[in-house]
Order: sequence, then C-alpha cells, then structure tokens
Amino acid sequence: MSENLETVVKTVCEGTGNDKNRMMDIVRELQEILGGVSDDAMDLIATQVGTHRVEVESVVSFYAFLSKNQKGKTVIRLCDDIIDRMFGFERIKQTFCDALGIELGETTPDNLITLETTPCIGMCDQAPAIMVNDEIFTELSRDGAVEIVEQLRAGLAPERLRRRLGDGNNSSPLVSAGVSNNLRKRGEVIFAPLECGRALKKAIAMSPNEVIRDVKTARLRGRGGAGFPTGMKWDFTRSANGERKYVVCNADEGEPGTFKDRVVLTERPELLIEGMAIAGYAIGAQEGLIYLRAEYAYLRPFLEDTLQKARNMNMLGVDVLGKPGFNFDIRIQMGAGAYVCGEETALISSCEGLRGDPKNRPPFPAQKGYLGYPTSVNNVETFCCVARILDQGAGWFSQIGSKGSTGTKLLSISGDIRRPGVYEVPFGISMKEVLELAGGEGAAAVQVGGPSGQLIGPDMFDRIICYDDLATGGALMVFGPHRDLLKVVEYFMDFFIEESCGYCTPCRVGNVLLKNRLDEILHGKGEPLDLTYLEELGNSVKATSRCGLGQTSPNPILSSLKNFPGLYHALVKANQPFQPTFDIQKALGEAKEIAGRPSMHFAE
Amino acid sequence: MTKEQNRIMAKPKVATTSLAGCFGCHMSILDIDERILQLIELIEFDKSPINDIKEFTGECLVGIVEGGCANEENVRVLQDFRKHCKILISLGDCAINGGLPAMRNTIPLKECLDEAYLNGPSVYNPSGQIPNDPEIPLLLDKVYPCHEVVKMDYHLPGCPPSADTIWQTLVALLTDAPLELPYELIKYD
Ligand SMILES: Cc1cc2nc3c(=O)[nH]c(=O)nc-3n(C[C@H](O)[C@H](O)[C@H](O)COP(=O)(O)O)c2cc1C
Ligand code: SF4
Ligand code: SF4
Ligand code: FES
Repeated sequence: MSENLETVVKTVCEGTGNDKNRMMDIVRELQEILGGVSDDAMDLIATQVGTHRVEVESVVSFYAFLSKNQKGKTVIRLCDDIIDRMFGFERIKQTFCDALGIELGETTPDNLITLETTPCIGMCDQAPAIMVNDEIFTELSRDGAVEIVEQLRAGLAPERLRRRLGDGNNSSPLVSAGVSNNLRKRGEVIFAPLECGRALKKAIAMSPNEVIRDVKTARLRGRGGAGFPTGMKWDFTRSANGERKYVVCNADEGEPGTFKDRVVLTERPELLIEGMAIAGYAIGAQEGLIYLRAEYAYLRPFLEDTLQKARNMNMLGVDVLGKPGFNFDIRIQMGAGAYVCGEETALISSCEGLRGDPKNRPPFPAQKGYLGYPTSVNNVETFCCVARILDQGAGWFSQIGSKGSTGTKLLSISGDIRRPGVYEVPFGISMKEVLELAGGEGAAAVQVGGPSGQLIGPDMFDRIICYDDLATGGALMVFGPHRDLLKVVEYFMDFFIEESCGYCTPCRVGNVLLKNRLDEILHGKGEPLDLTYLEELGNSVKATSRCGLGQTSPNPILSSLKNFPGLYHALVKANQPFQPTFDIQKALGEAKEIAGRPSMHFAE
Repeated sequence: MTKEQNRIMAKPKVATTSLAGCFGCHMSILDIDERILQLIELIEFDKSPINDIKEFTGECLVGIVEGGCANEENVRVLQDFRKHCKILISLGDCAINGGLPAMRNTIPLKECLDEAYLNGPSVYNPSGQIPNDPEIPLLLDKVYPCHEVVKMDYHLPGCPPSADTIWQTLVALLTDAPLELPYELIKYD
C-alpha cells in the first residue's frame, strides 16, 4: 500500500471532518483524484472515518459514477437513452469507438480515456449529448466527436475543450457550458422577472405558521411527480418532534426526458435558494441540502457562487435578513449517477453517505428523515413556486392554472417536435395545445411523465395536463409515426432493470421477467395469453414493490398494452403446435448428433 | 361446458399419461380408492395407463399429464394430448418443474449418457455401446416442464399431489363447481 495513497485518503477524509455521513463526498473526490476507489483505498477510508469496509464498498459499488477499477483520466459518457437513440446515438458511438480504438466499457491502453454509456443526462432537447468528465457536449456531430478525441489526445483538459457556449448563464464564466436553455415559453411563476429577497423578506415578516397557511391557501402541490400538497408536508415536518430539522431540495432530475430543473438551476437559482430559505423558516430548519445529480456537476461552481452571493446579501447565514434567531444555510450534496436516488428516501440515504436504497415508510421523512431528523424533501420547481407565492400572494397563484392544480408547470418536451425545450404553461392546458406550441402536430404518441408515466396516443391528446388527468413531473417525449413504440417500451424496461436498487424481489426479478416476455413477443414468439401474463405480472410488481421505482416500473408495458393493444396483437400468434418459445429441432440437436440418426417423430 | 350440457351429452372423457415421471402421480390417482366408482359414474377414461387404452378414441374434456418432457416421444404424446383435450392439467412437480429428471439439466447430454452407460461405478457394459436402436426415442437437450412445450391450463403441485386434491379438482371441473382446496391439501411440508 503506497504511502501516497494513505496521504491522499487521509487528506480527503479530513476534508469532511472524517464524517462517515459524508461518504459520498469522500468517494467522489477520491474517484476524481485516483480514477477509481481501489480495495486498498476502501480499507483506508473505513479506518479513517471509523466505519466498516463493507459500508464503503456498498457505496462504491452502487453508484454508476464510482468504480473500484481504475478508469481513464477522462471518462466519456454517451447518453444512451431513447431520445439519443432517435437522434444519432449509434453514429456517435461508432465514431468514438473508431477514433479511440476501443469498445464501450473499455479504456484506452494508455489509460487516458474510458468510454461508457449512461442513461438520460437531462439534455434530451439537444441530443445526442455526452459528458466528458463533468463537461457536457450536446447536438454532437461526428466531426465534433473526432475533435474531442483529438484535443484530449493533445493533452487538453476536458474543461478546456472547444465548445460553442450556450445562451443565458450557460455562457457565464462559472458555467461556460455548451448547453442551450431552449427556454421556449416563460410563464408568470418560475421564469417571470425576479427581485431577489423580496419573497423572503415578506415571509419572515409573518409567523412560520402563516407562511405554511399561505402555501396551503395557494393549493401548491409538489412538482417532482407525486403531487403531494406542499403546505401539508411542511406542516407535518414543522410539528414533528426533533431537535433539528432539514430542508432538502431534490435536484436529482433523473427521470429520462426531464430537464426543466436544469434550466431553473441555470437561470433561477436565486429563486430556488429563496424558496428553500422560506421553507427553512416555515418548518424551523437551520440547514438545507441541495441534492444535485452528478450529471449536473458542471453547474456546481455556479451554484456555489450563487449561494455565496446569497450569503453576502444575508439571505443565508445568521439572523437572515435581520430576523433575529433565524439562521439558515445550504450545502450542495452531489449524487453519483443513480436514478433511484431521486426517490426521496433513497435520496436521504445517499445524503447520509449510504448506498441509495429507499427506506421503509412509515416513518415518512417528515417524521424521520435525514440523519433521523424531520425533513422536508421538495423538488426544485416546488421551492421556486413557494417563493413566488410568498411574494405575489396565494390568491394570485391559485388563480393561475386549474382548480385542483394551481399555478404553472414546467414541461420538458423532446423527441419528434420542431421546438424541443422547456415550456412554462398553466395547468389545465391540453396535450393538443402543448403539441401545437412545440411543433409536434403529427405526433403518433407521447410518453407523459417519463418511463414511469404513461404512453398515450392521438385519441387522448384532448386530455388535460393537471394532477387529476395527465399528471406529470413534466417530461413529454414525443414520437412521430415512423417510430417503433415497442422499441421504446423495451428500452424503458431495460432502464428500470438497470436502475432497480435490487432490495425487493418484485422489482429486481419482476422487471426482468416482464422484459423477457416482452422480448419473446417482439421476436414473434408470443401467444395471446402472454399479454394476460404481462398484465398480471405487471400489476403484481406494482402492487408489491417497496418504493416508487418498482411501483411504476411496469408502466411502459401496462400503458402501451392499454393504449396501443394493436401493436401487441399484431405480434402474437394463437393456436400454435408448440409454445412459441419451444424449438423442438434445437432441443433434439445434441441427441441427433450423438445418436447419428434423425428424429422419428419430428422431421426437420 | 355447462352442467346442462354435461347431463345431456355422453359422459365426458378423461385421459391420463405419464411422461418423464415415476408413476407416483398415477398411484395417487388410484389412491382415491373407492371413490373411483363414483368417478366412473361421472366420466369415462380414454387413453390412459389405468385402462391401457393406447390411442385416443375421441375428444376428451380433461387430460392429466404426469412428468415433464425428457425425450421426443414425450413431446409427441404431449402434443397429442393438447390436440385431443379441452383442458390440460400438469399433475405433480415433474410436470410442473421437470422434477427429479431435470437434475440432468445442468449436465451436457453426452456426459449423462457416458455416465449412465460407460463410466458409472456400477455399470457393466463389456461392448462399450450406448443403446441406439431406432426405436429408442431421442432425448431432448434437457427436461422441459410441460407448459414450456405446449399450453397447459392448470397446475396441481405436489410430489405427488394427494388423492384428495386430485379428487376435489376433478369433481370441481366435472360438475362446474368452484374448486375448494383446504389448507391441508396445499401445504407441502
Ligand atoms: C424512482 C423515483 C425517482 C424520482 N426522481 C425524482 C427527481 O428526480 N426529482 C424529484 O423532484 N422527485 C423525484 N421523485 C419524487 C420524490 O420521491 C419526491 O416525491 C419529491 O421529490 C417530493 O417533492 P415535491 O413534493 O416537491 O414534488 C422520484 C420518485 C421516484 C420513485
Ligand atoms: S421497488 Fe425497486 S428500487 Fe424500490 S426498493 Fe424495491 S428493488 Fe429497490
Ligand atoms: S411429481 Fe413426484 S410422484 Fe409425480 S411423477 Fe414426479 S416424482 Fe413421481
Ligand atoms: S439527455 Fe439523452 S435522453 Fe435525455
């Protein structure tokens, strides 16, 4: 064991105060410095922070961006998601493989570059997209790919690679990303002009209970997907027993097809910070965490800077905006590539330095969350809504949108449309109107709410985007008539199989069984009863899984079965002499060879 | 088939067969004891080892299959059952899972044959030949449970399923009554 390794590990651990709850920060940093967290490193970490080796390894082995084996100095991650596959993934992949002389999952012999794939990195509006370490490159052409390899080979660091800078804050020095906002429609809530601090000032002039009452009066519901009433969640957290409380912002945005939080974090981070501070005031928390997905690491320096500016303005810190006794600050917690960590209890596990396993409920995070203290987890967009509600009034907010779904919703629209990007629209808008806005009138199908949502066809485009009809965290993936929808379903099932945390059997095994049967059907080996099987098994997986991942993972199959039954019926064949998966000639092959004679019963 | 049709028409027919099984499941059928007289009131046996009818004489209501498919003849017979029987039942663990014979599934076929006829410690085979008469059905690469070969309608687990289970099932099917299997009949320890 080299002394150097010991020193590095020691320094990194000490940087967190040898806090095992900061395991994510420790292993992330070591991964960055060393290219991997080796067995030796894991032993050293365990000793240094006073935990068991297995605790360290369970973290390192869980997250896609961490590894035991050493990776190249630069890791190129190609977004391999359905939208990228539609817009040139295969082409880009081949170009990289050729230019680097390696296959996916391999590292160049000089240890310079590792080539991998990763699910949606939140750039679906500008696919094909890739990550080069923390840097993002979008709408990549074959020439662009070759150029990246050439520059890396010439010794350029990823952050120095040539890129055309995006619009808005993307081109500010702290972001300097080749990412476009594609902010196509600004609404009255999130992307309206902002006067920093006004909302917070109004909030602290009221009592915490009055703040919560305002959020309730506005009838705000969570924007992260589940739509839980925010005021109620805060009330629970406020009234729960606990010597400390926490506010956590869910900026994991892992649902494929969703990228609206990316644009909020780029253009309205001040609004988010203000919303979090208001939450802290309302529930009685002094600390906030922003759980930022690893794919958005490029935004981190900018967000840290924005936090610092907020501290300078005393919107964070001690006696916030002069309110005696109200202290609140925010820390950014980086993720490391795990979709399930968007689930709030898995997210809390991850913040605690554990593998991203969801926790049993009850107790709910509002009772026992981060480190066992009452915690309110909310989506980025939710916090932003709160800030506006406090600034402009609950009455103003509740007049926007529809009765059961107040306010605006940010939609991330991608796929076969002319104007992909982020749209802020009032709730109550129909799918048809949305498609007209985005230039997708010819759509054959829309996946609403990402893989965990539902696939709908043109006969349902009159449906309304709101919590009571088409509920969605905001992702709309649009497919034109030339797309093979069952391929989409197949991809989504692969995604869930890959991202399942593996804790409970229905999700770990059930999704594989579903996918296998789907594959048989796609290969012409299906019979009509297979469709019943898919439906029954899918419903069992939903009913018996432990967290929201498994509870929604069969949706791609179930919703396409329901809304596009014709696609399946065209593939399955009734009354076949054998089960379609049984191949008598294959089953007899070995024996025929051994016996040296043909079959008596089954001529070839 | 409704009760009414049942009464009007000739007695429904039941066929049974043992594929790659040990005949234990058939023994269990016989274990219904004197109730077999009641059964004969309700049905007529078609192709079955019980009456030694070798070929189907017509369409059957129920086909009961013991054992999985280990060779091509098993497959042929099973297909024949599917063709002639309205309702097919996998009877016992061998039919449902492959059972004991499926223990060979992890061993390549050639190795199995060599062990059985050449290398096994108790083998006496001076000619060193593996039987290969054209009459001997070819083995499948592995033992398949019935439902992987043809569609099966019901599965009755147990090794063997008890006579009472079989009785209850048949009576329910034949009288079009709901099947009642008390806990004692479906607990397997
Ligand atoms: C598998 C899975 C992934 C999720 N990913 C996210 C996410 O990326 N962002 C998010 O805000 N909520 C996500 N959620 C929902 C969260 O669990 C939680 O409901 C939400 O953060 C609460 O915030 P809200 O009340 O403001 O919506 C996810 C849920 C599941 C089951
Ligand atoms: S449902 Fe899936 S992701 Fe959720 S706890 Fe179970 S295995 Fe893990
Ligand atoms: S299930 Fe048991 S009793 Fe029936 S054939 Fe198989 S081994 Fe024999
Ligand atoms: S960024 Fe590739 S699909 Fe979302």
